[in-house]
Amino acid sequence: MVTVTKGPKLRQTRKGQVRKHIINVLVRNEIGVLARIATLIAGKGYNIESLSVGETHEKGVSRMTIEVIGDDIVIDQVVKQLRKLIDTLKVRDITDVPHVERELVLVKVHTPTARARDEVLRIVEIFRGKIVDVSPETYTIEVTGDEDKINAILELLKPFGIKEMARTGKVAMKRELFVDEGQD
Amino acid sequence: MSRKGADIVIETLKEEGVEVIFGLPGGAIMEVYDALYRDGSIKHILVRHEQGAGHMAEGYARATGKVGVAMTTSGPGATNIVTAIADAYMDSVPIVVITGQVPTHLIGNDAFQEVDIVGITRPITKHNFLVRSVEELPLVIRQAFYIARTGRPGPVLVDLPKDVTQQLSDVSIPSEEEVKNSLPGYRPHVEGNPQQIKKAAELIMSAKKPVLYVGGGAVNAEAQEELIELAEMMRIPVTTTTQGKGAFPETHPLSLRMLGMHGTYYANMAVYNCDLLIAVGARFDDRVTGKVDEFAPEAKIIHIDIDPASISKNIVVDVPIVGDVKIVLRKLLEELKKRGGKILYPEDREKWLEQIEKWKKLHPLTYRNSSEVIKPQYVIEQIYEVTKGDAIIVPGVGQHQMWAAMFYKYSFPRQFLSSGGLGTMGYGLPAGIGAKVGRPEKEVFVIDGDGSFVMTMQEVITAVQYKIPVKVAIINNAYLGMVRQWQEFFYEGRYSEVDLSVQPDFVKLAEAMGAVGFRAEKPKEVREVLEEAMKIEDRPVILDFVVDKEENVLPMVPPGKSYRDMILEDGKGSSDAETMYLVG
Repeated sequence: MVTVTKGPKLRQTRKGQVRKHIINVLVRNEIGVLARIATLIAGKGYNIESLSVGETHEKGVSRMTIEVIGDDIVIDQVVKQLRKLIDTLKVRDITDVPHVERELVLVKVHTPTARARDEVLRIVEIFRGKIVDVSPETYTIEVTGDEDKINAILELLKPFGIKEMARTGKVAMKRELFVDEGQD
Repeated sequence: MSRKGADIVIETLKEEGVEVIFGLPGGAIMEVYDALYRDGSIKHILVRHEQGAGHMAEGYARATGKVGVAMTTSGPGATNIVTAIADAYMDSVPIVVITGQVPTHLIGNDAFQEVDIVGITRPITKHNFLVRSVEELPLVIRQAFYIARTGRPGPVLVDLPKDVTQQLSDVSIPSEEEVKNSLPGYRPHVEGNPQQIKKAAELIMSAKKPVLYVGGGAVNAEAQEELIELAEMMRIPVTTTTQGKGAFPETHPLSLRMLGMHGTYYANMAVYNCDLLIAVGARFDDRVTGKVDEFAPEAKIIHIDIDPASISKNIVVDVPIVGDVKIVLRKLLEELKKRGGKILYPEDREKWLEQIEKWKKLHPLTYRNSSEVIKPQYVIEQIYEVTKGDAIIVPGVGQHQMWAAMFYKYSFPRQFLSSGGLGTMGYGLPAGIGAKVGRPEKEVFVIDGDGSFVMTMQEVITAVQYKIPVKVAIINNAYLGMVRQWQEFFYEGRYSEVDLSVQPDFVKLAEAMGAVGFRAEKPKEVREVLEEAMKIEDRPVILDFVVDKEENVLPMVPPGKSYRDMILEDGKGSSDAETMYLVG
């Protein structure tokens, strides 16, 4: 037999980049739907960074926005498997699609002095936030925006002492016209 | 008409055409068993352990293509069937499992025999339901059957709280159309993208060294005819997985038989060297691919599958086609015929087939027979002969399963019903009983290991009770043989906890349970006991074949290794490894 010896050729395997993904899921609001989605993502060994769920204008239909850090290829698998779930109506990874995203934060800041209160009030104004609760020692601030804006104001408030914080997690929606206007 | 929830269950099952239920009653499911008794038109097989009910439903479904049904009570009844559900999920077997549940007002109270079976089975079912009211009962059951059998099939569980089965309602049974409309998020894709099919046709025509790699999806879609036409028209050799066996007859000259870890030398060589791999209803399981970056390293890959999530999961493919295998293959054949069904490089194609013939001659599936001790492979060959290759074979899991895959030639779909994905020891006997219930006109041979058999052997009693004449051949090597083989190969022969030399006397055991038992200890006795067994038609038969204890399953691609590392003979690597790089 004539044999031609060659080194072993290797099949090209795709290696994905690990990064943050935003997945939009429209679901039928059935019992256990959240557990199904969470189980599926946890089954891949990934942690959900943030998750927000709320009803849409259609009765019985909710929108979830899920933020998860993971390998592009594995996330692609997750999206396909989410689509397979009986209770999901639409699943889309909108990370690379022009989209609007917002998050709301409530943050209770230590403001025992008049100076601190003045400072904090100014920061809140700049970021177009709102003071929603006041006590002699604290301000509770509400602010909405995208990730950068939220991170920026939290960074500025940190020196005063953050006593408590609650974030809603992102809600996101694909833009209708594909115009990427960058920061907004 | 107002009737109890339990009666609605039976009514809906009859609407779905259910002929038989495998199950075991208990407190929470008693209403349904009462309705079953009063109705009297659905056959019920009373198992001895609920796992058996699950595997019987699987065996029935795999053998017939219909949805298998199992029923258990809540709590332990439900948890006992979990393994079978996982097995059905991994191998895409359509079954509906109905479990009883504590009454709705007690759910979450740690009530007697309460377990959150919907939560437990969430990751191992295609879908599951907890029925909250009697009004939704008929719709949920019809949805369960619809989901189980369409798209990529799979298990669906319906959990029935006791009060729901007791409530009265005049709710009507919904039509198929209503069922479809009630599931807006579930639309299995069956058609296949025409552009992709064209692309596939062009690749097939221009390939020099193509191989068809066929999995269980081709069996589920009943695409045997289309596959044979495609292979013959385009002169393409065909290899099948354990699940795909019979989708293309292994007696056909273009058959390469099984590929993968215990695949034939020639199938693995063909896949390693091919320039086009056409995957049909297969999912590139690690037992098939070995090391992924050395799997068909030079090939373009076409992947036809009903499940979009199977595509590019383990291996990135070039032409994905999502759709029903039968429909897509038909369209592909049309495309090829439109182009005159022409092979663009016929000389290369013939050279490729000649090369494959050479590989077949170089390392056929073989073993060294003995006149002193029974070789397990010899037993399988003899079963092949006495059943004239026409039996349905249901193996357990282990060495005997691989020998059953290698030394019996499968020629029709639904002939080899094997636990592939989950690899469930103890699956064989109950699945074989289910298969025989579904296909009573066929000879059903369970080929089991001594380790596998004892895991569910109580179901022999079930087979006796219902006069199910299934044949059980125990390949008895007094070891957990596959583990022992790995310990011999990869752990320097340290046989850690694999000794099964203390086992019951299987002949006496068979008799004690009301079955017939035979034992063969010498090669010449093998044929005799098989022929005796074939005469028995009213009871199960247990055949104890005392075989060579340390026989190995070969060839073998070690786990995580490439086809180049195939072990062809004991303790030695591929005898002519250089041929692995051969390019025809």
